[in-house]
Amino acid sequence: MNEAERLVELIPRLRRYARALVGDRASADDLVQDTLERAWAKLHLYRSGTDLRAWLFTVMHNVHVNKVRATRVTDTLEDDLPELAQRASQGDALLVRDLDRAIARLPAEQRAVLLLVTLEEMSYEEVARALGIPIGTVMSRLSRAREKLRIMMLGQGAAAKLKVVK
Amino acid sequence: MSTEPTVTEADLQAYADGRLGVERRAEVEAWLAARPEEAERVAAYRRLGDALRAAYDPVLAEPVPQHLESTATRRPRARRIAAVAGWITLGALLGALAGWEARDWRRPAGQPLAEGAVMARRAAIAHATYSPEVRHPVEVGADQEQHLVAWLSKRVGARVRAPKLDEAGMALVGGRLLPGESGPVALFMYQTAAGRRLTLYIRAEAKGNRETAFRYARENNVSVFYWIERDCGYAISSADLSKDELLRIATLVYKQLEP
Repeated sequence: MNEAERLVELIPRLRRYARALVGDRASADDLVQDTLERAWAKLHLYRSGTDLRAWLFTVMHNVHVNKVRATRVTDTLEDDLPELAQRASQGDALLVRDLDRAIARLPAEQRAVLLLVTLEEMSYEEVARALGIPIGTVMSRLSRAREKLRIMMLGQGAAAKLKVVK
Repeated sequence: MSTEPTVTEADLQAYADGRLGVERRAEVEAWLAARPEEAERVAAYRRLGDALRAAYDPVLAEPVPQHLESTATRRPRARRIAAVAGWITLGALLGALAGWEARDWRRPAGQPLAEGAVMARRAAIAHATYSPEVRHPVEVGADQEQHLVAWLSKRVGARVRAPKLDEAGMALVGGRLLPGESGPVALFMYQTAAGRRLTLYIRAEAKGNRETAFRYARENNVSVFYWIERDCGYAISSADLSKDELLRIATLVYKQLEP
């Protein structure tokens, strides 16, 4: 299988991660698009035979960090909990929106670790490599992200709903 | 809360993620059994994980937007345009080159190489020119295949056919007529569902031209397999497929064009 085919194969996973990372569908797909373009431009830096998936998530992470840096001003509004764009999704729409909001309130670096571990099911070592941080930092960010989310969900009275989902 | 040194916060996270080995998991479970509050906290982390997956896994099943798939399978537009510009420059050089090659042929020791190699270059240029086209990749579409084949055969002066490449996941887009160095040439275009393209270039060969084996050429990013068989020269080009994939398709075409 060549790179193009493997890229196509990985698109759904990139989209899932991007959706959780940025919230609304259009921005998420923009992020995926930018990631794929960057991947083609940087493909010569990818060592074939290594994990293309991990490399792509690194590329996406860098693209995202640069985007966020460019729009940092709007990020400071996070505490006001802006209404996030409504998205079409299966499952409990209310719960998804609560989750969206809660995730959006996490610091970006904690969000990335939590999502790579939980959604992508990357090992802690893979996450450390993908984000270019020590594994101890992965563990502490993961722990803080979870604890924040837990408290937020309790605060919103959504803990009961979480149980329903399980 | 008294924390035994053996169970760390990292252990609890790994436990919540189900990533501990059997022994370690048992130790952590024993530790948690004595601490209901910690146990509830870890259970909440697990529920959070379930909720996240339930919320976002459905994205995996959504159809992938066409523009993302195209971006994944094709080089960025700017680079493609640069590639075409490169080909146009090369095309200008070709005139001079053809003159040089013609002179070369007159030499007693002239190489038969020029024959197929010029065709391969022209086929690669045609591919680089037409395959990035979104709106007008072909003159006559696959919906008029019979007409297309009859028209091209008549103009090229040989019986040309559009092989079926369904087996390789390629569908005919259509075809067009091109000027060749010694007469009109047929160009068929195929593409995969994901928009990866290849072109098949067919020209009539002069009587004296010898048949050749498969040959491979690579010019810029375009791979070309070419050969001469009976009264036609064939070249298959693609910038989107690997050499191996292209060879497989070339073999498929070769087999189908056997009488």
